[in-house]
Amino acid sequence: MRFSKKILTAAVCAACIAAPAAWAQTGKISNGVVKIGVMTDLSGLYADLAGPGSVLAAKMAAEDFGGKVLGAPIEVIAGDLQNKPDVASSIARRWLDQENVDMITDLTGSAAALAVVKIVKEKNRIAMVSSGGTTRLTNEDCTDRTVHWAYDTYALANGSARALTQEGAKTWFFITPDYAFGHSMEKDASEAIVAAGGKVLGSVKHPFPGSDFSSFLLQAQASGAQVIGLNNASSDLITTIKQAAEFGVAPKQRLVGMIFMITDIHSIGLKATQGMIYTDAFYWDMNGETRAWSKRFFERQKRMPTMIQAGVYSAVTHYLKAIKASGTDEAGVIMAKMKATPVNDFFAKNGKIREDGRMVHDMYLMQVKNSEESKQPWDYLKLLKVIPGDQAFQPLSKSRCPLIKK
Amino acid sequence: MFEWLGITPQGLYGQLLVGLINGSFYATLSLGLAVIFGLLNIVNFTHGAQYMMGAFVAWMGLRYFGVNYWWSLILAPLAVGVVGIVLELTLLRRLYRMDHLYGLLLTFGLALIIEGGFRQAFGISGEQYDIPEALTGATNLGFIFLPNYRAWVVAASLVVCFFAWFVIERTKLGAYLRAGTENPQLLQAFGVNVPVLVTLTYGFGAALAGFAGVLAAPIFQVNPVMGSNLLIVVFAVVVIGGLGSILGSILTGVGLGLIEGLTKVFYPEGSSVVIFVIMAVILLIRPAGLFGKEK
Repeated sequence: MRFSKKILTAAVCAACIAAPAAWAQTGKISNGVVKIGVMTDLSGLYADLAGPGSVLAAKMAAEDFGGKVLGAPIEVIAGDLQNKPDVASSIARRWLDQENVDMITDLTGSAAALAVVKIVKEKNRIAMVSSGGTTRLTNEDCTDRTVHWAYDTYALANGSARALTQEGAKTWFFITPDYAFGHSMEKDASEAIVAAGGKVLGSVKHPFPGSDFSSFLLQAQASGAQVIGLNNASSDLITTIKQAAEFGVAPKQRLVGMIFMITDIHSIGLKATQGMIYTDAFYWDMNGETRAWSKRFFERQKRMPTMIQAGVYSAVTHYLKAIKASGTDEAGVIMAKMKATPVNDFFAKNGKIREDGRMVHDMYLMQVKNSEESKQPWDYLKLLKVIPGDQAFQPLSKSRCPLIKK
Repeated sequence: MFEWLGITPQGLYGQLLVGLINGSFYATLSLGLAVIFGLLNIVNFTHGAQYMMGAFVAWMGLRYFGVNYWWSLILAPLAVGVVGIVLELTLLRRLYRMDHLYGLLLTFGLALIIEGGFRQAFGISGEQYDIPEALTGATNLGFIFLPNYRAWVVAASLVVCFFAWFVIERTKLGAYLRAGTENPQLLQAFGVNVPVLVTLTYGFGAALAGFAGVLAAPIFQVNPVMGSNLLIVVFAVVVIGGLGSILGSILTGVGLGLIEGLTKVFYPEGSSVVIFVIMAVILLIRPAGLFGKEK
C-alpha cells in the first residue's frame, strides 16, 4: 500500500506541474467560451453612431482573431439597452449571472454606462466603454474593472474649445441640452476656453428632445459671439445645424459641434456642415490601415464607421490579445495585462490604459470639407491638427478617481 | 420698453415671429386632428406618423423619381390621404360603435408600427431635404434675418387653414359634415351617404398631416420620429382649443406658438412644459376647452 501511495503522490505532483500548461490550451477559459456582450442602442437615437455597427465591429474583431482564443471559441452577443439605465442593468445582470458573459462593451449613453460598470465590478468581469462619454467613468465612478476607450467629454470639449480659442476665436456662446451630460460638456468647454484666454458670453439650455431651435439660434446670434458651441447630440444637433444654415448664422459666426459624428455629417450633408470644426477620435480616411479596415466595415454595414464603432473593434481586439498573452480569462489578470500592454492598431498608436481606466490616445481636430473638396461619398473631413494623447485627456493629477494614489 | 427683461425690442419681435412660424405648424396639424375627431370621434394618434410619411414621400419623390418640392406639396398629401382612406376602410371603420379608447389604441399601435418600419428602412439619423431653389435665401427685416422659406410656411399654412375653415363652415359640403357630427342617422335618412363622407374626412385629415410634413421637410430633418416629437404638443393644442373645434384649433395653434416662443426667451428650460401648464389651467377653468361646447 505504501508503494501505491507514493505513486499516487508522484502522480498528483506530476499533474500539478503539467496542469497549467494544459489549461493554457483550453481549460483556463471559464465555461470553455469567451463571451463578449455588446450592449448598445439597437433602435433608438444612437443606433446609427453605435448600434448594429458596434455589434458588427465586435464580430469583426472576433473573426479577425480567428474565432478562437486559447482553443476556446469567441462568441459575440448583442443587447438593446434602449438608452435606459434600468434596462441596461437587468441585461447586465442576466448576462453576467446566467449567460457567463466575460466582457461587456460599447455601453451607449452615460447613465446606462455608469449603472453597468458598477455591476460588472461587483461580478468581477470587465467593461470596455466606447459609447458612453461621461468623464465620471474614470473619475468619481472609476473601478479597476472599467476601461474607457474611444473618447470622453473632456477630450472633445477641451480639444475643440482650446484649439479654436488659441486660434483667435475668443468669444463663445453655448446651446446646451438641459441634461447632465450637456451641462458637464458646457462646464468642461468653458474651463478650457477661459484657460486659453477666451470668454463665454452666455448660454441657453433647451429642453430635450427639442424640435425647433430657431429661437435659441436667434439668441446666439444676438450675443454676437464669434463661436456658437453646440453641446447637443445626434438628431437635436442635426436640426440645430440645419436651422443655423437657414438663419444665416455662418459665416459671421462659427458653429462648433462639441459631440459630432461622421454619421451626423452624412445625414445633414456638406452644404450645411462645411467648414465646421470638431474633435474626433477616428476618421476612416487617415491612412492605409484605417482605410483597409473601414472598407471592410463599409461592405457589411453600408456606412463608414464612427469613432465609437472603430473603438469597439479596437477594445475587443486588445481584450482578446490580453487573454491570449496571459493564458486565462480571469478579469484581474486580464486587466493587469491590458494595462501593461500598449495599444497598437489602426485606431490607436501607442495607446495606453491608465490606472483610472482611461485609454489615452491621440485625438484629432477635424474640419468638414466643402463640396468641391469632397471627391467621393463619405469623403467629408480633413485633419487640422493631431492632439497628442497626454494633452487630449484630463491629466491624472486632476483625477478624482479613488484608485489614484496621490 | 423691454430692456428691464434683458431683451431688446428687436430681439423680441424676432422671437415672436419664430413663435408665429411654429404656431402655424401647430395650427395645420391640430386642424387635421380636430376635423377627424369632430366627425369620426376618433383620437387619431396616427397623425404624427402621417405627418412623418408626408415628409418621407416628398423626400423619396425627390430622391428616386426627381419629383420637385412643388409637386410634392400636392402629391405627398394625396398619397398620405389615400393610405389614410385604406386604413379607415379596413380598420377604423370597425371601431365607430365602440369606446374612444379602442380608436386610440388602434391608431397608437399603427403609429408605432409605421414609425418602426421607417426606422428599420431609413435609420434614425434621418435624411436631408433641401429648401427649394426659389425659396432659399433670407430677407433682412431689420429685427430678424427671416429665411424666405419660413415666410412661405406661414403663408401656406394660414391659407390652408383658412381654406379648410371656409369649406367646413361656409359651404354645403361643410354643412353635411357638421350635420354628420351632430346626428349621422338623421343625415343618412336625408339621403346623404354618411360612410363615404366619413371615409373622405379621414382621408382629408390625414392629407393635412401629410401637407404639414412636406412643409416641415426642409426645416427639420426628415426623420422617422419627427412626428412623435410633435404629436403630444399638437394634442395639447387641440385639447386647449376645444376638441373638434375647427376655428379653436387654428387660433390656439398660432397663439400657443407665440407663447412658446416667448418662453424660449425668458425661461428656455420651461419651453417644453409651458403648453401643458396652460392646458391644465384651461381644463380647470373651461373643461371643454377655449372654443369647445359643453355637451
